[in-house]
Amino acid sequence: MVTNKKGIDQTMKIDASDISYKELNARIKDAASNGVQRIELRNVYGQRYIGTGLDRPLEVEIFGTPGNDLGAFMNGSRIIVYGNAQDGCGNTMNSGEIIVHGHAGDIVGLSARGGEIFIKEDVGYRAGIHMKEYENKKPVLVIGGTAQDFLGEYMAGGILILLGLNLKEGEPQQTNFIGTGMHGGVIYLGNVVDGFQLGKEVGVGELQESDYQVLQKFVEKFAVYFDYDAREILRHRFIKLFPLNLRPYGRLYAY
Amino acid sequence: MYNINQVNNPHHDDKLIEACSLFGMMDTTGRRFSGRDIVRAIANMHVRGNGLGGGFAVYGLYPEYDDAYAFHVMYLSQEGRVNTEAFLKQKFYLLHAEDVPTQPIPAIVNPPSVWRYFLEADSQKCDGQSPDDYVVDRVMEINASIKDAFVFSSGKNMAVFKGVGYPEDIASYFCLTQYEGYLWVAHGRFPTNTPGWWGGAHPFNILDWTVVHNGEISSYGINQRRLEEFGYPCTMHTDTEVIAYAVDLLMRKHHLPVEIMAKVLAPPFWSNIERRPPDEQNLLRTLRQVYGSLMLNGPFTTVIAHHGEMIGFTDRIRLRPLTVGVKGSMLYLSSEEAAIRLICPDLDRAWIPMGGEPIVGRLGRSNIQC
Repeated sequence: MVTNKKGIDQTMKIDASDISYKELNARIKDAASNGVQRIELRNVYGQRYIGTGLDRPLEVEIFGTPGNDLGAFMNGSRIIVYGNAQDGCGNTMNSGEIIVHGHAGDIVGLSARGGEIFIKEDVGYRAGIHMKEYENKKPVLVIGGTAQDFLGEYMAGGILILLGLNLKEGEPQQTNFIGTGMHGGVIYLGNVVDGFQLGKEVGVGELQESDYQVLQKFVEKFAVYFDYDAREILRHRFIKLFPLNLRPYGRLYAY
Repeated sequence: MYNINQVNNPHHDDKLIEACSLFGMMDTTGRRFSGRDIVRAIANMHVRGNGLGGGFAVYGLYPEYDDAYAFHVMYLSQEGRVNTEAFLKQKFYLLHAEDVPTQPIPAIVNPPSVWRYFLEADSQKCDGQSPDDYVVDRVMEINASIKDAFVFSSGKNMAVFKGVGYPEDIASYFCLTQYEGYLWVAHGRFPTNTPGWWGGAHPFNILDWTVVHNGEISSYGINQRRLEEFGYPCTMHTDTEVIAYAVDLLMRKHHLPVEIMAKVLAPPFWSNIERRPPDEQNLLRTLRQVYGSLMLNGPFTTVIAHHGEMIGFTDRIRLRPLTVGVKGSMLYLSSEEAAIRLICPDLDRAWIPMGGEPIVGRLGRSNIQC
């Protein structure tokens, strides 16, 4: 048992069986304010909002299937999921880290304002919808597999990386309507896409040296978390998607 | 029978925005199992509903009367029951009638009385109609014209149990862990635009078709008008009803296979159709032209079942969730993956299908079609 100065056990284990999401989150918050450094949750079956609003540098390990809005509004903690995440993972996160050793559902990282999210496998619809950035606050979403439609929809900032590691060489990404309404930030795509898969508001370009530096930094983290060879991943060809216009709908209601 | 006042709505409002929960499970070998697991699974998604509707459909339920139409009927008055029973005795051969066993619990407030009837109809009774068409017409007749009576289940060897309450409370009330079936569907309701009343809980049923639904059918008006032309008056004050009738029309009357039915209700975008091979383009264009007014618009996930088949799909841009799980011969469809994992922690596979893509489980077919 590791204890801190006050003699409090720094690792806390919670069996989440039959515990409501309210009680579970209250216990996590209590533990955090008592200086617990690490929380291990077992038997998690769909409890929502796990880690919501946590603003201390602690680590929450989840064994099971956390519910919707995992880590919503989180501000500086780290969540590791050994399993799949459901919808709304990282909703409006401010800082911190979410690492999912599986797939995630729809709207991963919606409206994130900072922090980093790493998903080992596929994600559902609208991953990265309306992520945004301000000065040095820049959310990052790295997806190891492929994504369903509307990736980066209405994206206003941040970095979205789609690796497509479960696709064959030369097999296109499956997602359509990529970057529809995008007006900020950047998307890096591994594997090819056809033109029709892109939203009307994005441009396609080659990566510059500065892009490769960013890509390398987050691919290396991804490789460490999920035990991949970063050099192998970076050997793939990547393309860069960027917004053509910072206010694509600026004139929509002008008349 | 719709008595909108019998809504038992503790919130005293008529519009609430949230989500519903749905869950389906099927053993494709036809092995029957109890309702214990599905009740746990749907209860796990308790927070998605608000207690204004819960219900279940069970297939393979009444093997002792497997060739009789099993009517489940809600009554608000003794008079409703007397009139309905007189009607049933006149129009059908009544094999058996009984009060559906219930166990009063505090959570279930002011329930109607619920009875079940096992009925047969031969060519003499049907007077030239097919027995199925005859049954549909009689169900519509009771629901439209007999006061205080409402037929909410009318298939063979299957039935619906539903009411106002959380699904786990409805399950306790109707003692559902004591029943067995090879295919179960469950629903927890969060009514949005229409009142939470007993008949408005899901599943919706006609013959052996059942539908559960999460979302909103924005195309309700045009769907309803089209269906009325085919003899399906919509009486239930809720949008889900149109899915049940559309499926009955497309699959039972027009003999379309399930994959085609899904392409009518959730067709690919025109831009997507243009990229398909010519034959497929032709088919998809034809479907959109012939059945355009049965297309469902708006956000939805639906699970549709009838004997031998369970189908799940979402709207084309997946504005409501659906996760699939497979373990051996078992197929699971759920609003949330956690509910599947709760009752089957060691799934062979769990995945999230594309919007509009139907997931089909068929009796006697071990590999799940997707």
